[in-house]
Amino acid sequence: MNRVKLGAWLIPVLFLLLACVPFVAQAIGEPFYITFFARVLVYALAACALNLVLGFAGLVSFGHAMFIGLGCYAVGILTYYGFSDGWLQLGVAVAVCALVALVVGSVCLRTSGIGFIMITLAFAQMFYFLMVSMTTFGGDDGLNINEPSNFGLFELSGSSEVYWAAWVVLLAATVFMARLKKSPFGMVLRATHINPRRVNAFGYSVFRVQLAAYVISGVLTGVAGVLLANLTAFASPSYMSWPVSGDLIVMLVIGGLGTIVGPIIGAVAFLVMEEFFKGLTQHWMLIMGPVIVVIALLTRNGFGWLTRQREAQSAQAKAPVAGEVPAKAAAVPAGEAQ
Amino acid sequence: MSLIGLSTQNLVKRFGGLRATDGVSLEIRPGELHAIIGPNGAGKTTLINLLTGELRSDEGGIKIGGEEVSGTPVQHRVGMGLLRSYQITSIFDAFTVIENVCLAAMRKRGVRWAVWKPMSAYADVMEKARAIIEQCHLGEVADTVVSNLAYGQRRQLEVAMALAADPKILLLDEPMAGMSAAEGAAAIELLRSLKGRYTILLIEHDMNAVFSLADRISVLVYGKIVATGSIEEIRNHPEVRRAYLGDDADA
Repeated sequence: MNRVKLGAWLIPVLFLLLACVPFVAQAIGEPFYITFFARVLVYALAACALNLVLGFAGLVSFGHAMFIGLGCYAVGILTYYGFSDGWLQLGVAVAVCALVALVVGSVCLRTSGIGFIMITLAFAQMFYFLMVSMTTFGGDDGLNINEPSNFGLFELSGSSEVYWAAWVVLLAATVFMARLKKSPFGMVLRATHINPRRVNAFGYSVFRVQLAAYVISGVLTGVAGVLLANLTAFASPSYMSWPVSGDLIVMLVIGGLGTIVGPIIGAVAFLVMEEFFKGLTQHWMLIMGPVIVVIALLTRNGFGWLTRQREAQSAQAKAPVAGEVPAKAAAVPAGEAQ
Repeated sequence: MSLIGLSTQNLVKRFGGLRATDGVSLEIRPGELHAIIGPNGAGKTTLINLLTGELRSDEGGIKIGGEEVSGTPVQHRVGMGLLRSYQITSIFDAFTVIENVCLAAMRKRGVRWAVWKPMSAYADVMEKARAIIEQCHLGEVADTVVSNLAYGQRRQLEVAMALAADPKILLLDEPMAGMSAAEGAAAIELLRSLKGRYTILLIEHDMNAVFSLADRISVLVYGKIVATGSIEEIRNHPEVRRAYLGDDADA
């Protein structure tokens, strides 16, 4: 019983806490924390999107920073030409990300395992070097964004505006993922992770289901890019470099792959740790690396133990039912061998 | 539901130099329960993989209800009602029994745009899944995560999933493999209740099951059909006795 309650209140509590951040930051006179947590929320959104392919479908996309970059440059390049209408920028970001995801996904999903990882990485690096070479848009130095996205009713003109926009989008994305996970599409998607051959044998197209998930994920990551561009007022090739893709994966792994709150907890934990260790020493990576390794080793699925343990309990509670059947049969998988 | 048959013409599958399926011509009549027996390594599972389209045949043809399907993808044949169960249990371990069966039962509806409503809210699918779970004696464990199921129950779920996907033709690959005697008896009863409602191709080592269920039997040895006939004909076929049943079969 209590497992239902725990899962049900975890998400509202998390979002209420996040909603308190700007007020607390104002109260203690540290507006820097609003900017910092706005960044956390943006990365949580990207991690949430990556969770759809990596957590649910088990596809290790090592190129998701590409979509962050595309979102950023949609804002940057349009502003460069004088278009600061936020809806237009968002529309272009979504369309471009959907198109790129469709093409990249169609190629990558014909492979699996290492092949998939390497091809997604290759595509992301392609876009990275494309932007490095585009000197019109700043090339290596990046592109300053002088005007914030204007959404008519509101402008993403400051950290708090971006913070609240990211908070709302992340909440919507989290609710969407929670619904999707239990929906027929989500079930089939997760099933492709467990046993793609059997999914095919039921007449579903594993390829199409995974491609749909990859496109949704790419678009959502692009939205995170639009927010990031407004937060930093900057678009840089470094936003789409492979370490960013790696960071997203690490966030997911420490937060709990395939769980609903995992991306948020992972992004918070990762970026807070990074900020904390950066404050301690210049060689913060030397501490951060081992800490992440320890988290990954000690907890089987990062902070996913929060949810995993509940599942284990429920499984134990039901085990006696399964045990009623002759134990003899359970112990003899003899027929498995051909 | 109209019953349809399944036939192969001179089907060949080579793995390197080995002819795993060597000119198999089979005729499975609509509504018939046709058993295939044969020693280990005779190519029984390969034959099923060829029929479903998971393996591509090198030569010969496959017809489902008169339509030539060799070369078509798995989806197309599933769409025509050709469903299989696996000898090596292939169920979705992280899901509950009912979720597993629902996944199969959603087949015809498809999952396009179905991203918002939970699967458990599709009343017709759930109802159908529950009926099949009851039929397969899995009612008590409907909400159990299947990795916690006993071996025999996992085998039953394997068949339940094939049944839930609206089959017209069922290919059952050793549904009783590894079952205890009691479970085996229950499984035979289940298959008996399916007989006549579907066209069934049954691969099974359990001779009791085969002889009590089958309308006709084919014997597969080294990729070749050596005999096809009624139970009596197969029992008395000299080559079959030598190849498969052993000389003490008449005892």
